Amino acid sequence: MSDAIIEPEVKEPETQVVSPPEGAGEVNYTILPKPDSSGELLEVAMGPQHPSTHGVFRMDVVLDGERIVKLKPVFGYLHRNHEKIAENTTYLGSMPYTDRLDYLCSMTNNWGYALSVEKLAGLQPPERAEYLRIITAELTRLVNHTCLVGFLLQDMGALGTPLMYAFRQRELILDLFESLSGSRMMCNYMRFGGCRVDLPAGWLEQAKKVTNDFPRFFDEFEKLLSENEILVARTQGVGVLTADLAINAGITGPMLRASGVNYDIRKVDKYGIYERFNFRVPLGDHGDVFDRYMIRVLEMRESLKILGDALRDIPAGPIMDPKAKIRGFRPKAGEAYGRIEGPKGELGFYLISDGSPNPYRYRVRPPSLINLTLLEDMCLGLTVADAVIILGSVDIVLGEVDR
Amino acid sequence: MDLVEQVKSRVEAAIAGSRLEIVPNDSPSGQRSLLVDAEHGVAVAKFLRYDMELRLDYCSNVTGVDWPEAEVSQKVKVKKVVEGVEKEVEEIKKTKRPGFLEAVYHLYSMEKKHGPVIIRMRTEDRAERNHLPSLMPVWRSAEFQEREIYDLYGIVFEGHGDLRRILMWDEFKDHPMRKDYREPDDYEYEPTPHDEVLEKAKQHASQEAAP
Repeated sequence: MSDAIIEPEVKEPETQVVSPPEGAGEVNYTILPKPDSSGELLEVAMGPQHPSTHGVFRMDVVLDGERIVKLKPVFGYLHRNHEKIAENTTYLGSMPYTDRLDYLCSMTNNWGYALSVEKLAGLQPPERAEYLRIITAELTRLVNHTCLVGFLLQDMGALGTPLMYAFRQRELILDLFESLSGSRMMCNYMRFGGCRVDLPAGWLEQAKKVTNDFPRFFDEFEKLLSENEILVARTQGVGVLTADLAINAGITGPMLRASGVNYDIRKVDKYGIYERFNFRVPLGDHGDVFDRYMIRVLEMRESLKILGDALRDIPAGPIMDPKAKIRGFRPKAGEAYGRIEGPKGELGFYLISDGSPNPYRYRVRPPSLINLTLLEDMCLGLTVADAVIILGSVDIVLGEVDR
Repeated sequence: MDLVEQVKSRVEAAIAGSRLEIVPNDSPSGQRSLLVDAEHGVAVAKFLRYDMELRLDYCSNVTGVDWPEAEVSQKVKVKKVVEGVEKEVEEIKKTKRPGFLEAVYHLYSMEKKHGPVIIRMRTEDRAERNHLPSLMPVWRSAEFQEREIYDLYGIVFEGHGDLRRILMWDEFKDHPMRKDYREPDDYEYEPTPHDEVLEKAKQHASQEAAP
């Protein structure tokens, strides 16, 4: 153990962007960069009604000819102060509300919240509940990534076909969710110390059938897309993100791993029972949009491995911790931060309890919002059409960005 | 986990004059945190980020917490003469805690794969002296999150560079996540007085008249 402190390398993260134009990523946002051509700068508000922004999100873009010289994301159109609402209700009361954060992945949102409260209250879900959580979470990952790939292609101009192929497959999983929890998207399935209901009859067989169909869908999808000349031309070398910059900006999830950083919270924290499953973490080389697309496809194949094992090994037993109290739930005063590897990145919940039935402080660490930190750095010097697919590859859901 | 003590002693050895305090946590999570004085905030953060052992290169979560003025009851052991014999008796001592705002940073290391190390900084009060140093120059991931704290709690981060409202609109005046935030009587653009609104207005008026 050496006590030597490394002097901070004077590397401004901004300068690490691959060939940034002058004034890139300057913190002083009030100064407009000078146009290098003779033309005038054009300010465009992309959104909040633009179809490529995946919701009500605005990018204030300054263009010099075709090139982006400044880009400021503007949030808050969907802001409803989720955190304040949660502080005014009981712990369980905000469980259904977490579904509405990232409305494509309600199961993982439930799990993130349940995990934090379990840390706060010292609960331990039984074996079968852990398996149910892993199965539903990995199915959610499939839902999210199929959607993302479909939407990304939609942004690129491949109208309809890939998105419909993806939605066709996603619908099969949503059917599973509906028969399990009663709702396709707003599942509200997990509870502190377990899950709400057990599997209905025949669910496992149906789930096995759906997951066994998936590899064929991937093969078809990849044949259609991965080597497609237009996709390759549009995505390779676009929106490059270096590993150092990505770590510094707190980028997580597939976007971080596309830049080549081996950091998957399923492997690092080993929450739930993930250490029992054998899966690999796919990593990218270049950190461009193509890598981000490819990482998602590869991750889905790894998820299928986990699903195959989990669906085979799931034991019988109770699905709730007997210590868990549904009514009159008051954790001891203290605080806890729990995090999971959501499909979009690290989803964390920070809770402070003061011993009352309501949380004193409830905070969501939204991966979508923090992954947008580097949007400007990635887009500078590129065209508007590139910015659209870069935003598509970041994978945001505005319910979570604005909360 | 004795990591917190290690981090504390290492930081205090490396940065002269820094005063760190371990904040206990009674919950089963056992995540204790380090209270850093705002004066040395950036120096401590830089040390945590670049120290060979710690390498906390990833700032995951940045949060504000509002602690309004409150009465805190503490159990204190007092020596007392009870029936002629000196004894230690537990007494509940009530003290007034001044209000403050707090920023909490959850740090992890992607290189060493450990964490979390939790540091917190406190403002002097909730009204005027609500300034804290920004850690955005150390971890860029604090950029949007510190803006959010500024927006919802009103902590002013010095050295942030782009401290604007992020979720509320620019003309908005108050900080809605504070515990004493008063919601408007009516959310309509052109207020129309009707039952609920009038009731709320009455309530607010009585609250204002009370102190």
